[in-house]
Amino acid sequence: MARHRGDLLGLRAALSDRLLPVLVGAMSFLAALALGGALACATLAASWRGDTAAALTIQVPQPDDPDTANDGTRLAAVQRALAVDPDVQDAAVMSKAEMNRLISPWLGSDATTLGLSLPAVITAQWQGPGSTDKLASQLQRMSPGTLVKTGALWAARVAALTISLQACALAVLLVVALVAAAVVAVATRSGLAQLRETIDTVHGLGALDSDIAARFAARATWLALGGSAGGTLLALPALAWLAWLAAPFTGPARLGGFFNLPPALIALVPLLPAAAALIGWTTAQLTVRGWLRHLP
Amino acid sequence: MVRFDDVWLRYQHAGRPPEAEALRGISFEIEDGGFRWLTGPSGAGKTSLLKLIYLAEHPARGRIEILGTRATQGTRRETALLRRRIGVVYQDFRLLPQLDAYDNVALPMRLARRSEAQVQADVNEILRWVGLAHRLHARPDELSGGEQQRIAIARAVVARPRLLVADEPTGNLDDEQAERLMLLITALNKLGTTVIVATHNMGLVERYPFPRLSLEYGRLVHNG
Ligand SMILES: Nc1ncnc2c1ncn2[C@@H]1O[C@H](COP(=O)(O)OP(=O)(O)OP(=O)(O)O)[C@@H](O)[C@H]1O
Ligand SMILES: [Mg+2]
Repeated sequence: MARHRGDLLGLRAALSDRLLPVLVGAMSFLAALALGGALACATLAASWRGDTAAALTIQVPQPDDPDTANDGTRLAAVQRALAVDPDVQDAAVMSKAEMNRLISPWLGSDATTLGLSLPAVITAQWQGPGSTDKLASQLQRMSPGTLVKTGALWAARVAALTISLQACALAVLLVVALVAAAVVAVATRSGLAQLRETIDTVHGLGALDSDIAARFAARATWLALGGSAGGTLLALPALAWLAWLAAPFTGPARLGGFFNLPPALIALVPLLPAAAALIGWTTAQLTVRGWLRHLP
Repeated sequence: MVRFDDVWLRYQHAGRPPEAEALRGISFEIEDGGFRWLTGPSGAGKTSLLKLIYLAEHPARGRIEILGTRATQGTRRETALLRRRIGVVYQDFRLLPQLDAYDNVALPMRLARRSEAQVQADVNEILRWVGLAHRLHARPDELSGGEQQRIAIARAVVARPRLLVADEPTGNLDDEQAERLMLLITALNKLGTTVIVATHNMGLVERYPFPRLSLEYGRLVHNG
C-alpha cells in the first residue's frame, strides 16, 4: 500500500526519463571530449616544452671547407668554439646515420649518398640564461652561414597554443555545464507546471518547501546521473582513440591496449557524472524553491 | 483559538487590475474547542474566509491569529508546520489523482513522517468511519462525488488536527451520510478540535445548533 510513497507527487510521469537524460548525456559526451582534449594538450605540452626549450641546433654549411682563420675545417672551428663556451653542454655532431634517419622521409632512404652537400649538424644543450645571439655571431665569423637555433621560441609557441587550447576546453566545459543546468531547469519547470495542483495541495497540507524541492532534486539527480554516465561511457571509445593517437608523444609505455587511457583521464572521467548529478540537484533545488515562493 | 481583527482580503492577479474586496473588516473569535457554522449566500466570501484560516491567502489588512500564532508572521517553515495542525476539507476536494484512496488519506501523516504502522492503523480506522474501507485502492476518478468528498474528509481528520476547516463538506452527501459526517465532526470537536464548517445546508445548521458566523457581500452580518 505504500507503493506511491517513493513517488508521492507523481514525478516519474512529470519528470520523465526521456529528454533530460538524453540532453545531459549529450552534454557529458562533449564535456568528456573537452576534458580529454585538455589533458592531451597538457601532456603533449609538458613533454615538448621540456625537450625543446633547451635544445640547441647548429648547422654548419660546407663543414669541410677551411674556416676564416684558415687553421682547420669550419666544423672543427665551430666545435672548438662550442667546447670552450660555458653555456653550451653536450655538443655532439650528428652522425651520418642519424642525419639519414631525419631526412630520409623527404629525400629517400639514403640521402647522404646523393652527393648533396649537406651541412653538418651539431646538437647541444643551451644552459645559458640569455639569448644565443652572441654565440651565433661568433660562429658566423669563423664559419659564414652557420645557423644557431634554439627551441625556446618553439617552446613558447607550444605553451601559448596549449594554454589557448586548454582555455577553449575550459570554456566548452563551462558552456556545457550551463546548458545542462538550463536543461534541468526547463524540465523541472515543466514538471512543476504539470503538477501544479498536486503541489498546491501538498503545500496546503503542510509540506515544507524543502520536502517538495528534495523530491524534485532526487529525481533530477538520478536522471542527470544516468544520462551523464551514458554520455560519458559513449565518449570513452573516442577518448581511447585520442589517447592512442597521442601515445607516441607521451612515452613508449602507452602503446599497449586500445583502452589504455592516461591515469589522469581515468581519474577525471568519473567526475563528469558526479558533476552532472550535482548540477541536477542544485538546479532542481533552486528552481523548485524559487517557484514555491509564489505560493503563500 | 482563531481570531480575526479587522481583516480585509483583496484578490490580486498579476497583470490584472485588483478585484473588489472579497472580505471587508472581518472581526470574530473562536475559542479553543469551539464550533462555528459559516453561512451566507454564494459568493459572500465563505471560502475566502476559510482560505485565510488555513493560510492559503494573505489578508490585505488586519490581524489573524491561528492556534495562538500570528498568521503571516512566521517563516515559511513555521507556516508549513502550522498548516499541519489544520485539517482542511476543500470545497473541490483536491484529492491527488495519481494516488488511490488509501494513499490520499495517508498523505498528511506521511508528510508529518509518522511511522507506516501508525499510518496503516489510523488510515484504516478513518476509512471505516467514512464507510469506504472497501474502496481503499480506488483512485479518485473511480469514486463518486460523495465518495471523493468522504475521502477528502478522512484526509482532513486523519492526523487529528487541532483545527478543522471544512468548506461545504456535505455538498455531495445524502442525508444519512451527512449525519454520519456530523457525528464524526462533533466527536472530534468533543475531543478538543476547534471546528469551522461552511455550509448552505440550513437543515443541518438547525439540527446542530452551534453558533453561526454569517457573511454577506464580504461583511460579517451575524455572529452568535
Ligand atoms: N481566486 C480568486 N480570484 C478573484 N476573485 C475571487 C477568487 N476567489 C473568489 N473570488 C471572489 O471572491 C468572492 C467570494 O468568493 P468565495 O469563493 O469566498 O465565495 P463563497 O461564499 O465561498 O461562495 P460559494 O458558496 O459559492 O462557495 C466572489 O465574488 C468571488 O468571485
Ligand atoms: Mg465557497
